[in-house]
Amino acid sequence: MRVILYIINKEFRQIFRNKGMLPIIFILPLLQLVILSNAATYEINNISFGYVDNDHTHTSRALIDKFRASTFFDVSQVFPHPKESDLAMLQGEVDVVLTIPEHFERDLWKDKNIDLGVTINAIDGAAAGVENVYITQIIKTFNKNLSVDMVQLSNNTVRPVLIEGIPLFWYNKTLNYKTFMVPGILVLLVTMITLFLSGMNIVREKEIGTLEQINVTPIKKHHFIIGKLFPFWVIGMGLLTIGLVLAKLIFATPMLGSLALMYFYTSIYILVILGMGLFISNFTDTQQQAMFIAWFFVVIFILMSGLFTPIESMPKWAQFLTEFNPIKYFVEIMRMVMLKGSGLTDILPQLVKTTLYAVIMNAMAVWSYKKIS
Amino acid sequence: MKRFIGFVQKEFYHIFRDRRSLFILFGMPVAQIMLFGFAITNEINNVDIAILDRSQDASTKEIISKISSSEYFSILQHIKEEAEIEEVFKKGKVKAVLYFEKEFSKKLIKQHTAKVQIVTDATDPNVANTISNYINSILSNYQEEQNRAITLDYQIVPQSRMVFNAELKSVYMFVPGVMTVILMLVSAMMTSISITREKELGTMEILLVSPLNPFQVIIGKVFPYIFLSIINAAAIVILSIFVFHVPVNGSLFLLGLESVLFIVTSLALGILISTISATQQTAMMISLMGLMLPVILLSGFIFPISSMPVPLQVISNIVPAKWFIIIVKGIMLKGVGISIVWKETLVLLGMTLLFIGLSVRKYKIRLE
Amino acid sequence: MKEETVIKVEGLTKVFGDFTAVNKISFHVRKGEIFGFLGANGAGKTTAMKMLIGISAPSSGSANVAGFDVYTQTEDIKKSIGYMSQKFALYDDLTVKENIRFFGGIYGLSKNRISQKSNLLIEELGLEKVAHSLVGSLPLGWKQKIAFSVSLLHDPKIVFLDEPTGGVDPITRRQFWEMIYKAANNGTTIFVTTHYMDEAEYCDRVSIMVDGNIEALDTPKNLKTHFGSDSMNDVFLKLARS
Repeated sequence: MRVILYIINKEFRQIFRNKGMLPIIFILPLLQLVILSNAATYEINNISFGYVDNDHTHTSRALIDKFRASTFFDVSQVFPHPKESDLAMLQGEVDVVLTIPEHFERDLWKDKNIDLGVTINAIDGAAAGVENVYITQIIKTFNKNLSVDMVQLSNNTVRPVLIEGIPLFWYNKTLNYKTFMVPGILVLLVTMITLFLSGMNIVREKEIGTLEQINVTPIKKHHFIIGKLFPFWVIGMGLLTIGLVLAKLIFATPMLGSLALMYFYTSIYILVILGMGLFISNFTDTQQQAMFIAWFFVVIFILMSGLFTPIESMPKWAQFLTEFNPIKYFVEIMRMVMLKGSGLTDILPQLVKTTLYAVIMNAMAVWSYKKIS
Repeated sequence: MKRFIGFVQKEFYHIFRDRRSLFILFGMPVAQIMLFGFAITNEINNVDIAILDRSQDASTKEIISKISSSEYFSILQHIKEEAEIEEVFKKGKVKAVLYFEKEFSKKLIKQHTAKVQIVTDATDPNVANTISNYINSILSNYQEEQNRAITLDYQIVPQSRMVFNAELKSVYMFVPGVMTVILMLVSAMMTSISITREKELGTMEILLVSPLNPFQVIIGKVFPYIFLSIINAAAIVILSIFVFHVPVNGSLFLLGLESVLFIVTSLALGILISTISATQQTAMMISLMGLMLPVILLSGFIFPISSMPVPLQVISNIVPAKWFIIIVKGIMLKGVGISIVWKETLVLLGMTLLFIGLSVRKYKIRLE
Repeated sequence: MKEETVIKVEGLTKVFGDFTAVNKISFHVRKGEIFGFLGANGAGKTTAMKMLIGISAPSSGSANVAGFDVYTQTEDIKKSIGYMSQKFALYDDLTVKENIRFFGGIYGLSKNRISQKSNLLIEELGLEKVAHSLVGSLPLGWKQKIAFSVSLLHDPKIVFLDEPTGGVDPITRRQFWEMIYKAANNGTTIFVTTHYMDEAEYCDRVSIMVDGNIEALDTPKNLKTHFGSDSMNDVFLKLARS
C-alpha cells in the first residue's frame, strides 16, 4: 500500500515540474470551455437572404418586407438578375434567394394562385429544411393577409377548425443551447486531457528506459497501475470542478439534481478513461503510436456521443456501437442529473454499465502491463 | 541534393518499417470516414415519444396513427397521468410527450378548436425544437385535411429548389468536414511529434551537425508525411465518391491541388508546434488539445458559422480548416472552379507561409 | 569451506523467432564474487542478463538466482537483486533525493531507512551540493554513480550491472570500480557486463560470450595463460575471431 503513495508522489512531482505542460493541462481546456461553448449552436438565424425582384410592385415589396422583418433572415443582397444571384450562391455569399417573376402582382390577381421560386443552398441539409419551414411560414402568413386585405374575408360561413399545438420545452424553456453544450464540452475536455495524459504515460517511460528499471523491482502490477492512475484521476476531478464553477458563474448552467451524485458518477467515469489510456499505453511501443490510437478513439467518441448529433438518428448498428462509448453515457447522465434533476434510480442503468466498463478497462490495464517479456 | 535524397529515403524507411504505425496511419482515417459517413447525421428520425391521450376518440386516434406512421417518430409508450411525464423524461429514453386534452373531437366540432400539448425534453434544444416543428406540421396537415372545403382566395405557393443537395443528405455536409478534421489533425500531429521525437532522443543534434542545412533536415522529415497524407486524402475522396455517392461536380484535379495545399498548411502548423515544444508530450498535447475542438467546432464542420456570435465568427477566420471546408464543398458540391475559391486558396497559402516563416525564425533564434 | 552459489544457470536458452540469441549457456556464480560477463555487441549478454533479472522469460533451460527460480519466482528474485541498465534509468525530471526516495519506496524501505540511506549515499558520493538538483542536469559520470548507489539501496544479495561505465572518463571509471569493490567486500555479489577489457582484469572470474554461447569461463589469470596472451584484450580478440 505504501508503495502506491511513492508512485503517486513521484507522478505529481513530474507533472507539476513540467512547466510547458501546466498551461496545456489547466488553462487551455478552461479557455476552450468558455469560448467554444458559444460556437456549438444549431440555432439557425442570420440566414443570408437575397432576392431578385423583377416585378417592382407594391405586393412584391410587401413580401420582401416580411422577410426583412423576420429575425431569421438577413436581407442584405439585391440582385438585378438571376445570373448575379447564382454567382453569389456559388461564392457562398447568400444561402437563400427569392426570385419574384415579372408581372407577379398582375398574375396573382388574375390567377389567384401563383408559384414563387425559392432557391436554398442545401449542402447543410438539416439547415436547409429549417430554412424552408421559415420561408413557408412567412409566405403563409402573407397569404392570409392578402386575402384579408384584398377581399375582406370571403363569404365562407363555415368556420375552419383549429388544432392548437402548444409546444412546451421542459427543462430548457428558452431552448438555450449553452445550457446543454457547456457541460457537454466540459466532459469532452476532461476526457481528452485524462485520456491523452494517461495514454502517453507508461509508453513514455518505456521510451526513456525507466520502465525497465521499474520492472526489475518487486513492485506489484496493480500497485503500479493504481499509483499511475490516481494523479490523473485527481487532475480530472479538479478540472471538472473548476469547469463546473466556471459554467455556473459565466453561463449560469443549472444544477437541478444532486451534485454529490454527479461527482460520484464522474469519479467512476474518469476511471474508465484512465484505464483505457493506460491500456493503450501498455499496448504500444512509442508515444506516437499511443497518441494516434487515443486520437482515433477520441474523435469517434466525440462525434458519436450524441452531444453534437442525435444518436437516435444513427443506423441501428451504429447505435449499438455507441453502447461502447463512455462519453455517450456521461452526456446522458449530465443531461439527466444537471438539467432534469434525475436521481440515482433514474441513472442506475448508465451507472451500472459505466462501473462495469471501469472494472473491465482497469483489469485490462493491469493485465496488459507486462513486467516480463 | 544527393545527400538530401538519401535523407528522405531514410525517413521513408523509418515510417514504412514500423508496420504498426503504418497500419494506424492508413487504417484509422479510412475507418473513421466509413463510420462517420454512415453514422453521423443531424437529421431526426426514430425519435421515441410517448402519448398521453385523455380523449381516446376518433380524432386523436387518427392523429396518433399519422404520427406513428411517420418515419420521424416511434411511439414507445402510452401513459395515463400527467405526473408520468416527468418520470419518463427522467428515465431519458422518451424525448417528447403528446398530451391531448379531454373531449378532443367534441371540442373540435363544437368550439372549432382543440388543444394538444407538445411537451419536449429540451435538454437537447436542437432535437426538442425539431420534434416540436415536425409534430406541428403533422398537426397542421391534419387540420388542412379537415378544412379542405375552405381555402384562401389568394395564394402564393413557394416552390423551393434545394440546390447542391437536392435530397438533403447529411453525408454531403459531413464528408468534407470529416476529411478536413482527419487531414488536419493527422498531418499536424505527425510532423510535430516526429520532429520533437528527434529532439528528445538527441538525434536532432546529429542531423543538425551533418552537412545538410537545417531546412533540408526539416523538409526531409516532413516530405514522407506529405506523401502519406496525400494517400489518405485520396482514399477519403474515393470512399466518398463510391461509397457515399457524394459527387465531385468540379475539377478533381483542382480538388487534389487544394488538398495538397491544405496538407502542407497542416504540416507547416505541425512544424511550428514542434519549434515551441521541447518534448513529444508537449507537442502532442498542443496538437491534440489545441486543435481538436476548435477544428470540430469553429470550422463549420457541424455548426453553421453564420449562427455564431460575432466574436466567434471573427475567431473562426484563423482556423485553417474553415477555409478548406469552404473550398471542398465548393469544388465537390457546387462544382465551382478556382475563379470562385481563389480567396480561400490565398488565405490557406498565406497561413502556410506565415507558419513556415514563424518556424524559420524560431529555429534561427535557437541556432544562434 | 563450501562456498555458497547464488546464481546457477543450466542450459539457459532464448529464441526470438528463428534467431537463437542465447544458446544453452551454463555457469555458476559464487557469493561475494565479481563476475564479469563479456562479449561483443550482440553476443547475447543483455538478453541473458534480462532472463536472470526476471524481465524476460527463458525459452528453455533452467536458472536459479538468489535461491529463486527464473520461471516461477521472478518477483522473489527482484526483491533480492539490484539492477542498473546501460540506458540511464533514473528519472531526469526528479532530483537526486527524489529519485532515491522513489526507488527506496517501491522496494518497500521504511521512511526512516530511506532518509538514513539517502543521507549516507549523498555523503559518500559527495553530492551535498546537488542533492536538490534535477538528475537531468548532472554529468553522466555522476548519474551513473548515483544509479549504482540506488541499485544498492535495498541491500540486494546480487547486483546486475549492464555496461555501467559506457561513455565515462577513465577517472570516473576508476572511482566506479572502487565502489564495486566496496560493495563486493560487503558480501554483495556483482554480475557485470562490459566490453572494456581492462575492466575484465578487475573481475574475479569472467565468462566470454560469442554468438550466444559461452566460449570461455575462468579467472582472468588462467584465461591469459590458457590462450597464451598477456592481456584480456588479446584473449577476447582470439576468441572472437575463431
